[in-house]
Amino acid sequence: MERGEKGTTQNMRSISYSRVADVATAIATVTADPDAAYLAGGTTKVDMLRIYAEPSQRLVDINDLPINHIELQPDGAVRLGALARMNDVAMSPIVAQRYPLLAEALVLGASAQLRNMASMGGNMLQRTRCSYFRDHEAACNKRVPGSGCSALTGVNRGHAVLGTSEHCIAAHPSDAAVALSALDAVIHVQNRDGHHAYAIDDFFLAPEDTPEREHPLQHGDLITAIEIPPLPMARDSLYLKVRDRESYEFALVSVALALRVEGGAVAEVRMALGGVATKPWRARRAEHALLGRPATHEHFLHAAREETADAVPRSMNGFKIELARRTMVRALETVTARGGTP
Amino acid sequence: MTTAIGRPIDRVDGPAKVTGAGRYSADVPLPGLVHAVVVGSRIPAGRIISIDTRAAEQANGVLAVLTHLNLPKGGSVPPLVPSLAGAAATGQTFFPMQDEVIHYAGQHVAVVVAETLEQAEHAATLLRIDYAAAPFVTTVEQGREQAYEARRIFGGFLPGRVERGDVDAGLAEAAVTVDLGYRYAANHHNPIECSATTAVWQGDRLTVYDATQGPNATLHTLAELLNVMPSHIRVVTDFVGGSFGCKAMIWDHPALAALAARHVGRPVRLALSREQMFSSVGHREQQEQQLTLGADAQGRLTAVRHHKLSPTSHFDDWAEPSLGVASQLYACPNYQGVYRLIRANTMTPTFTRCPGEASGMFALETALDELAERLGLDPLEIRLRNYAETTPGDGTPWSSKKLRECYRRGAELAGWDRRDPRVGALRDGDTLLGWGMATSAYPCYQPGNPQRARARLYADGSAVVQASISDIGTGSATAMTQVAADGLGVQLERVRFQYGDSDLPNTAAAVGSAGAGMVSAAVHVATTALRDQLIAQALADPGSPLHGADPRQVTVAEGRMALRERPDVGETYAALLQRAFMADAEAVGTWNPPPDTSGGSMTFGAQFAQVAVDPDLGLVRVRRLIGVFDAGRILNRKTAHSQLMGGMIWGMSHALLEGTRMGPDGRWANASLGEYLVPVNADAPEVVVETVESTDTVVNPLGVKGVGEVGMVGTAAAIANAIHHATGKRLHRLPITIEDLL
Amino acid sequence: MTCTVNGVPRTADDVWEGESLLYVLRERLGLPGSKNACEQGECGSCTVYLDGTAVCSCLVAAGQAVGREVVTVEGLSGGPDAEPGPVQRAFLAAGAVQCGFCTPGLIVAVDDLLSRNPHPTDPQIREALAGNLCRCTGYEKIMEAVRLAAGGQA
Repeated sequence: MERGEKGTTQNMRSISYSRVADVATAIATVTADPDAAYLAGGTTKVDMLRIYAEPSQRLVDINDLPINHIELQPDGAVRLGALARMNDVAMSPIVAQRYPLLAEALVLGASAQLRNMASMGGNMLQRTRCSYFRDHEAACNKRVPGSGCSALTGVNRGHAVLGTSEHCIAAHPSDAAVALSALDAVIHVQNRDGHHAYAIDDFFLAPEDTPEREHPLQHGDLITAIEIPPLPMARDSLYLKVRDRESYEFALVSVALALRVEGGAVAEVRMALGGVATKPWRARRAEHALLGRPATHEHFLHAAREETADAVPRSMNGFKIELARRTMVRALETVTARGGTP
Repeated sequence: MTTAIGRPIDRVDGPAKVTGAGRYSADVPLPGLVHAVVVGSRIPAGRIISIDTRAAEQANGVLAVLTHLNLPKGGSVPPLVPSLAGAAATGQTFFPMQDEVIHYAGQHVAVVVAETLEQAEHAATLLRIDYAAAPFVTTVEQGREQAYEARRIFGGFLPGRVERGDVDAGLAEAAVTVDLGYRYAANHHNPIECSATTAVWQGDRLTVYDATQGPNATLHTLAELLNVMPSHIRVVTDFVGGSFGCKAMIWDHPALAALAARHVGRPVRLALSREQMFSSVGHREQQEQQLTLGADAQGRLTAVRHHKLSPTSHFDDWAEPSLGVASQLYACPNYQGVYRLIRANTMTPTFTRCPGEASGMFALETALDELAERLGLDPLEIRLRNYAETTPGDGTPWSSKKLRECYRRGAELAGWDRRDPRVGALRDGDTLLGWGMATSAYPCYQPGNPQRARARLYADGSAVVQASISDIGTGSATAMTQVAADGLGVQLERVRFQYGDSDLPNTAAAVGSAGAGMVSAAVHVATTALRDQLIAQALADPGSPLHGADPRQVTVAEGRMALRERPDVGETYAALLQRAFMADAEAVGTWNPPPDTSGGSMTFGAQFAQVAVDPDLGLVRVRRLIGVFDAGRILNRKTAHSQLMGGMIWGMSHALLEGTRMGPDGRWANASLGEYLVPVNADAPEVVVETVESTDTVVNPLGVKGVGEVGMVGTAAAIANAIHHATGKRLHRLPITIEDLL
Repeated sequence: MTCTVNGVPRTADDVWEGESLLYVLRERLGLPGSKNACEQGECGSCTVYLDGTAVCSCLVAAGQAVGREVVTVEGLSGGPDAEPGPVQRAFLAAGAVQCGFCTPGLIVAVDDLLSRNPHPTDPQIREALAGNLCRCTGYEKIMEAVRLAAGGQA
């Protein structure tokens, strides 16, 4: 049986730990050592290490870095420090008033304990829940590139129908990232050479031929903040999450939606899908189909169909396509109805 | 005289549990303790070509790597007999690591022992095992063609075919028939505590701390597997973190822990991981059932034909008895039940809470609703029309049955008669509401061996009462304390019930809802024997105020014996013993159970469910569950109602959430608590539980019929019937999930 | 490694830095009250306070706890032999304990909930405790225990 590491020495896995107090030291420490990795909330990192899904590492604990603030910027944008905890962001009045869809997405994710631990930066990097990714006995191109994808013919009820490839159909697990995608958030990254900002759409990569690449970060790159541009219409927005269990479960389908209806027609719309795609899925086709059209059931349904037109079902997850359409329509109707009775 | 029995007293083991002081089997501190981890086969069929253990053996802290090449040979594998029989009770008649053959995925192929758990886990990753894979069958779909009719099932205890009357004639004469196919996912128990064993040898004597429903079952199984005298083995089970059947039979890990401990000469702890809980301790098998009902124009059943098809292992003919209660619940002269099995590359399935009844009654109770609909009858009315006044088999009277009272009270609590019975008629905004009901019943199984307890009263009037049984969370320790107090006639606070130790008087494993009945019988017999012994001593003692009295006139309360008619004439146990210079007095009680009563003795119940269905999104949420049960005598209202409530949530979970999916690679695909869904707090509906007490003089001395499983029996059917009421959809598979309702 | 556990400075030797805080508590510091039931943050049985925040100790690397304050279920009563604390008493009185394996984590989670929200509504309780799986009770009695503890009646 092979579990993870190859060619390991007879010694215990060398996992070491250190704590750093400032961003520059953190970046320098990790950059200098190819085996080093940042440790934030730990809800993904420690899990991955414990199941031997990640190799030996020098853990560099960044929890003391001063990048955990939630700040309203002069231009009306909101800047979330990468180490702000999911729970702190969800409870922040700054966020809850301006971006209810994000607050709701956060509260509907994981459990209270995990939200207390998990950081926003870490949330952007959380790994898929595909059981084959976590299972060392299974083929998984994300874990071992070129080994194949057990999910294609396996138990794939929870897997993606959008943005898939023949190499990977793992669904992206984050709720928060879906809301942030609808909000056109920007991910700020720092490294030895300076600062980079990624539009969220460019940050998450579809699997294509390289499912092991989930984002453009290079070794040593540190997410420092997530910036959400001002979006007045997001004050009336929602995050609708559909799952088998009432709580504490990843989405089968989720919809993050901000919508402004004027004179019975869609004046502005932002929509993104979770649970059905390999990355947080900005529903641009649906948005395009909705803009300027009457805010009616027929048009909502049409838009939802447009969005899922290229969806690829597998043996067990075909229902997600219909469910995604219905969830989009439900979200659109819910926000429309709310707008009608302020 | 009853003062303690029935009272809703707090759990006697509660303080240790809420403060974290309770020591479960993986919590026992022992000097020199080392850790073992098991390694499971990655393929479901074939053989091991080679195992390279060198890297693992040289890893830090590693003390031993055991495989089929070097596992010390022990004794032999006992036959598969349910642990209620009181003897050895292996979960399957296969013991791993004897040769290179692989029969199922996850089959234990190696044990790694190291100083720390982390070292053992690490070393396990260094094993290099090469397999030669062989073709395999793991599902009903793959094995349908090779199915065979079982001669006997359930550890040989039940026949594979049961018939009465002429089912073909019954169907021919029926005015209405329904013929329905049902499909069920496999289930895994997933108690919150994973199975764990800590084993320590002192010379040739073995002490094992084991998470088990039966310390004696562990003892006898280990004695045979290890070829060690039972007298040299002690099994201690102070706390068990739930079981639901996965700790009812004894699997290979306690023996592997003991073998590893002997091999390294240190105490060894072997705790299964959550993932390993899916391939080491049995499961409820995937299954299909085909149910045909025939009824006359008045709705009276003329025939029930019920066939089941399920995979079992290559070693044992196991099927949970899905057809049992469903064959006996209603008055129907013509019946045929047949179990068909498939040899599959899985481990032997096992008891899972409500073994058989949960699946079989889902079929019967939803099919009855369809029959009622065809006949234009109310679902409750069709059940009343088929009410079995006596047992349908041979017409003997039930030992007790207050099912009619359960129906009446349940209907009242649900407002059943006031609901609009039309499909889709009830709405809450866009949400469709529905009500459904179902009958519950669970047989009263009897242990196969005499049940014993010992009672000792000290000269100060306090008492210790002992029996080997473990308390897996049911509250049995608390209830037995109450039974002992009443049997002796002393205050509850003065009694300590000692349990969870095979050195104590023998009881069978607490399984099949039989624990409370059988152990209370032993405790009752022991404590009343001691009471009678002390009364006799008083009557014979010239120094006693009771000297020469008629023993039938003596009663005991609060530790004082007195004449019934003259309460002022009497003395305390303490005075009697102290005068005689006795430090204590003791009696052992043995209760010989009656022969099998499961055919004519049952716990009954009526269950009602209200669901809310979001028809667009396919979401079902249960709003209310109501259960009214006739469980005979209730020993402790608080713990008994908790058991019933917990069972009802299990039923809800069976209906809507739980299913282990077999992957095409022959391995369970969702072996984690993140992927195998069990209800969270937010799923729990309002639950109403009531009991209707009945007097039963057949099952056991106190008339206890058991509460562990019956709460689950009718829940899934009540929910499915409610979904039909809400949506008009008849769903014939479990779990019912979103895709079924879109 | 050194940290404060239940108010007492503790040192554990030979800690491998890949260990979890749960492992350190259970195996190195003799505090097995926190339970190990999934090791993936899926069940909540290992919930402890880390610097006042309720976390799953199975997902905290041992190093993360160095120099921090840890409070476990053992610390929520006055001491190892002390009387149960208010949340613990409420669990006893309501019959919210069955097998007891989820109980330690739940007690910490409820203590945390009530410290932040002394009078939670039922939906708030249900969501706050969604990360603590219980297989025995069906949750109804746990709800009752939280209401009891919130009402100061236990």
